[in-house]
Amino acid sequence: MDLNPTPQERQFRDELRAWLEAHAPRDWEARQSATDSMEARFAFLRDWQRQVYEAGWAGLSWPKEYGGRGATLMEKAIFTEEMARIGAPPLPGILGLELVGPTLIAFGAEAQKQRYLAKILSGEEIWCQGFSEPNAGSDLAALRTEATLDGDHFIVSGQKVWTSYGWAADWCELVVRTDAAAEKHKGLTVLLVDMHSSGVEVRPLRQMTGETEFNELFFDDVRVPVANVVGRVNDGWNVALGTLMHERALLGAGLQITFKRQFTRLVELAGRIERHGRPATEDPVIRQKLAQCYAEIEIMRLNQMRAISRVMETGKPGPEGSIQKIFWSELNQRFQQIAMELLGPYGQLTRGSEFAFDDGQWAYYWLRARGNTIEAGTSEIQRNIVGHFVLGLPKSY
Amino acid sequence: MQFGLTETQQVLKNSARKFFSAECPIAEVRRLMETDTAYDAALWQKMADQGWTGMIFDEEYGGLGLGLVEMAVALEEMGRALLPGPYLSTVLLAGGAIAAAGNRAQKRKYLSRIATGEAHATLALLEGSASWDPEAVQLIAHPTLAGFALNGRKMFVPDAGIADYFVCAADVGLFLAPRGARGLTVSPLPAIDETRKLYQVAFENVPVAEEDILAIGDPARAALERALAVATVALAAEMVGGMQRVMEIAVEYCKARKQFGKPIGQFQAVQHLCADMLLLTESSRSAAYYAAWALQERAPEADAAVSIAKAYAGDAYREVGNRGIQVQGGMGFTWENNVHLYYKRAKASEVMFGDATYHRERIACLTIDKATDKAINKL
Repeated sequence: MDLNPTPQERQFRDELRAWLEAHAPRDWEARQSATDSMEARFAFLRDWQRQVYEAGWAGLSWPKEYGGRGATLMEKAIFTEEMARIGAPPLPGILGLELVGPTLIAFGAEAQKQRYLAKILSGEEIWCQGFSEPNAGSDLAALRTEATLDGDHFIVSGQKVWTSYGWAADWCELVVRTDAAAEKHKGLTVLLVDMHSSGVEVRPLRQMTGETEFNELFFDDVRVPVANVVGRVNDGWNVALGTLMHERALLGAGLQITFKRQFTRLVELAGRIERHGRPATEDPVIRQKLAQCYAEIEIMRLNQMRAISRVMETGKPGPEGSIQKIFWSELNQRFQQIAMELLGPYGQLTRGSEFAFDDGQWAYYWLRARGNTIEAGTSEIQRNIVGHFVLGLPKSY
Repeated sequence: MQFGLTETQQVLKNSARKFFSAECPIAEVRRLMETDTAYDAALWQKMADQGWTGMIFDEEYGGLGLGLVEMAVALEEMGRALLPGPYLSTVLLAGGAIAAAGNRAQKRKYLSRIATGEAHATLALLEGSASWDPEAVQLIAHPTLAGFALNGRKMFVPDAGIADYFVCAADVGLFLAPRGARGLTVSPLPAIDETRKLYQVAFENVPVAEEDILAIGDPARAALERALAVATVALAAEMVGGMQRVMEIAVEYCKARKQFGKPIGQFQAVQHLCADMLLLTESSRSAAYYAAWALQERAPEADAAVSIAKAYAGDAYREVGNRGIQVQGGMGFTWENNVHLYYKRAKASEVMFGDATYHRERIACLTIDKATDKAINKL
């Protein structure tokens, strides 16, 4: 056990930090609450990803032959942390970089890798994922979007929901049913679908924060070349599962820095807010709650480090990895509740209110955190996974 | 960065697991807890032969000179076995205080006896106020011609009934008094955790010879804080082992026990309680090992890491115990079931060296009161 960075990790971090300090746009956080259109903000982010790509930092953990850097998981975590520390803008091609790219590298045909990977790295093509459906959420394998073979094309019809970046995407990693007669896990196939094809419609899904992070996708007789199948026909469940494993592996790395930055801001605010005639930072109840929060943020970081060490050593995630999603999502809800409690009646004021703290960001964080225990696998599904796959209890469904 | 046990540490863990499973099965725990001191001389000697009683002491005092991560590994296994008796008090509390405060002659005399298993010892710290803050100590030490004399009363002194030596925290320093010293009276405090006995110790003009003065003033305070920090991490690691065992017992039961024609572990309401146990146990483990490492390295964040580990484990062990009993239904509430033994240890451990509320306040002092922007820049 040695938690000091290795010389190699330190060199990597210093080099990256120097580059970020020289190049990362500093006005991102201000820009987020500014009145720029979604499209203008997205163009800004694409430009940022291109810079990251040109400097060789995109797709860090991808193998070198596909344009990556072959970095270790720990270096990947350092990258995520450093991005969060400096408050760098997110990479808009994140789904391609983290999910679709690794899936193609693992399951794709060589021609697909040549065609798609470089443009994922540069941000030239943006990807989304068509997984969940109105009647297939936690029970993903119950999905019904249908693809029937017609010569050298599949004809796709159906509906997807909760698609992040759907409105901006050029391509979609789509899971469809290709064999209606087979068992539900066995008749699925993964297709790469051009979002500019005729018959694709994207509708924004307005969420309780008022934003439209997600979309509904409608497919009406969309023609997709057979060459766009990833892996084998009717083996889509394994391909999709590979993607979901990637989704769960590294979630905590940047979040713990984001939470710590927010925690620091909250403590500063608490110093300016009065409670019973003294700064809230001197109120024993508030101190208890803030300290608990700090402890849990720190433990989230430690669980993440343990999980990464385990994967690097054994190639397999350990039990500490499986609890990360439950841990951070429930922690963030408690954290944002403490922030709201601290701000009292001011906490509810939203952007544009003259009296709102930090232009209403805390109200937004509080609302947004409500989604955390639902997105990327609900806490209930996560506990099922822990119960069955980690503790070996019988499957409950 | 590598956050996992090294090969040597893993070997140590395996051998500790094997040793305590063989030498301290739960039947033995139950037998010992019914005795006055929860102590067994033969078991203690076997532990000494393995080197456990001197593991963190320097080699020149008969120890193995191992680090605090290794200590955490061993304590985790002791906690899993629910090892009864005076290990924590002898090796970590008294031994730790002597190692931090004593001069060479004192260390040679006392640590080597502890390491060989000849001697048991404890730390008399807490008083009627039940405050873990060293500032709250009121035991009076006044100078005499031959050294000092101690007057006052200590409470919640672990394993005093078997201690050969008492490290006594007094208003001006740390002193050592042997068992049977004139004016020193030990009386038991019956409490829920019968595997680790507690006592009241009264001091009435207890003489301390000059060679038994461990430290006076600031060095005494620093030594006490260091020993308490190490013992707190050791306890947190022990608690992790206990949580691990409770979870194993509960999960095993949930697989075997059937209702409505199914193993109860198939019901999500039950399964999710088990998942929570895993979350609490693994998170406590991350925090405890990190604190051991930070303390070993004397890292700047070590103080916060110790308090985070103890605050979290204090709540977590109790919650794991709660769920471990709940999923076993009526069986979980019976004397025959073993989880209540862990549940009681959890409660006793929660309040030992400060509960979660106490440690959260320490975390607040370290993170809220000190300039947090500095702490963040350092990340």
